[in-house]
Amino acid sequence: MSLVKLSKINKIYPSGEVSFQALKNINLEIKKGEFLAVIGASGSGKSTLMHIIGLLDHPTSGKYELDGLDASHLKEDTLAKIRNKKIGFVFQSFNLLSRTSALDNVALPLIYAGISRNQRMERAKIALEQVGLSDKLNSHPNQLSGGQQQRVAIARALVTDPEIILADEPTGNLDSKSGAEVMGIFESLHRMGKAIIMITHEEDIAKHAKKRISIKDGRII
Amino acid sequence: MVETINSAFTAIFANRMRSFLTVLGIVIGVTSVILLISLVTGLKTYITNQIQGLGANLLFVIPGRIGGARSPGGVQANRLVYSDAANLRKSLSDSAEVSAAIQRNATLKFGNKNDRGVAIFGVESNYPKIISIKLTEGRFFTQSEQQSARKVAVIGQTVKANLFGEGKAIGQTIDVAGIRYVVIGVLASRGSTFGIDMDNSLYTPFTSAQRQFGIDRLNTIYISANRAEDVKSIQEKATTLLKKRLSEDEFTVQTQEQTLSTISQITGVLTAALGGIAAISLLVGGIGIMNIMLVSVTERIREIGLRKALGATEENIRNQFLIEAITLSGLGGVIGIILGIGISLIIGRFFTTTIPLWSVALSFGFSLLVGIIFGVAPAIRAAKLDPITALRYE
Repeated sequence: MSLVKLSKINKIYPSGEVSFQALKNINLEIKKGEFLAVIGASGSGKSTLMHIIGLLDHPTSGKYELDGLDASHLKEDTLAKIRNKKIGFVFQSFNLLSRTSALDNVALPLIYAGISRNQRMERAKIALEQVGLSDKLNSHPNQLSGGQQQRVAIARALVTDPEIILADEPTGNLDSKSGAEVMGIFESLHRMGKAIIMITHEEDIAKHAKKRISIKDGRII
Repeated sequence: MVETINSAFTAIFANRMRSFLTVLGIVIGVTSVILLISLVTGLKTYITNQIQGLGANLLFVIPGRIGGARSPGGVQANRLVYSDAANLRKSLSDSAEVSAAIQRNATLKFGNKNDRGVAIFGVESNYPKIISIKLTEGRFFTQSEQQSARKVAVIGQTVKANLFGEGKAIGQTIDVAGIRYVVIGVLASRGSTFGIDMDNSLYTPFTSAQRQFGIDRLNTIYISANRAEDVKSIQEKATTLLKKRLSEDEFTVQTQEQTLSTISQITGVLTAALGGIAAISLLVGGIGIMNIMLVSVTERIREIGLRKALGATEENIRNQFLIEAITLSGLGGVIGIILGIGISLIIGRFFTTTIPLWSVALSFGFSLLVGIIFGVAPAIRAAKLDPITALRYE
């Protein structure tokens, strides 16, 4: 059964008189546990694709089914709950809350899942152990290296035990050594059965994925 | 809800500087309003007490017209003379005490010690029957001393301290603007009004002062009715009598009650003026809160986007910011109230202050409102943004 199913997805950004079509007739299926890399240059529409898969943005037309549920016409608050439950995000620029400890950053999505404080701390601790940061629980982002910050972000994506991890250029802000570490974590998550969708423009990074698609000018090629 | 409160508190502590500035803005607004209003209200209470403390059933005749076009005793020449007081005494002899009063400032000397700017009051021997004054030592002067214009003086506490220190005052001879006076009494302290030291004063027979300073115009004629119910009729009688010689705008006969209402008019204006200043400071504090809140929400749009991406609903975001704003404004308000009341109590040790409850409620309510409106309104707008728009906000 497919986890993500996009049918005839179009995304048009109205920008003044000339509108810009970021995605053109996208059809895509991702199965549970798949590790997919979406490769494309900047401006190719790959980020837009990820935002639509991640329910952060609405397609202009087309149908999107997530885990058998038609997500095309849901209200924002319902989408928020689905994101919380099923999707873990890893961003290029980490997007951690500054002046907040690694543990609290990781526990953040659990607040919105309505989980008690003790459980949150417990689960956040386990997630940080999974990414090898059990000694940095109380460090703040500015006390961590880029690679460590991205690992905290991965732990945050993991903590709700989602079906899919969506990673947008996860190594884009990292040196190659930290990048390799991060990719190692993704591979082990894949072995644990998580579906991973990773956006990248680097062929080397894309090689870690078991399946690769390329996107250019809003079309899958 | 508990979790939302939790994340609000986490955010407050995570952004100590911003929280501190917000709280500070509110603290300044609330403190200044409470303080200013307590000062004016205290001043009013104090003056009222002072005037009521002068004595019961009092009337004052003063030159010029109060409430008329010309200011009392100002532009217009003072035409109130001793015969006016004498006529009043004659016609009111069975119902009131009357004393003429003149006033000059002079420098007093005793040995090598000086006391400058002493208010010299020339009054009549029945003055203590009209105005309630207490003596700590000696006695007031007598009628015969007044008739013979004896150079005797009853001095205030400040004069005593400046000239004699801890030493003996009664019986000493002092120099009043070149003339020698014998001290016969010392007055109890009466504090100060409008910053004027009431104890830096000297009372001497009217005749002595008149002779020494060559004054024939009176500053005041004091009248004290024997019975409270006569005050009104005495005011009318005195007015009729004085009108025979003076025109209507050359004098005013005012009862103590009217004086109080004049004072209350003055303090009313003062309350309005200081209240205005306080309102401005509250407004400035409000603008400060508004700025900090606006900046901080703008700063936090990405955070809002992230929270939404991670599963926060609009309601979660709105409640978080609401709780943050209420907590910060409320904390600022409470600190402001404590500071305002505290400082006004400290000032109250030197000067009367009264804290009306409405000023506390007004300043607290206003700050809370400003804090909440400007803390929450931008957050509600930000919460409505698409998560991706908010996340990418620069």
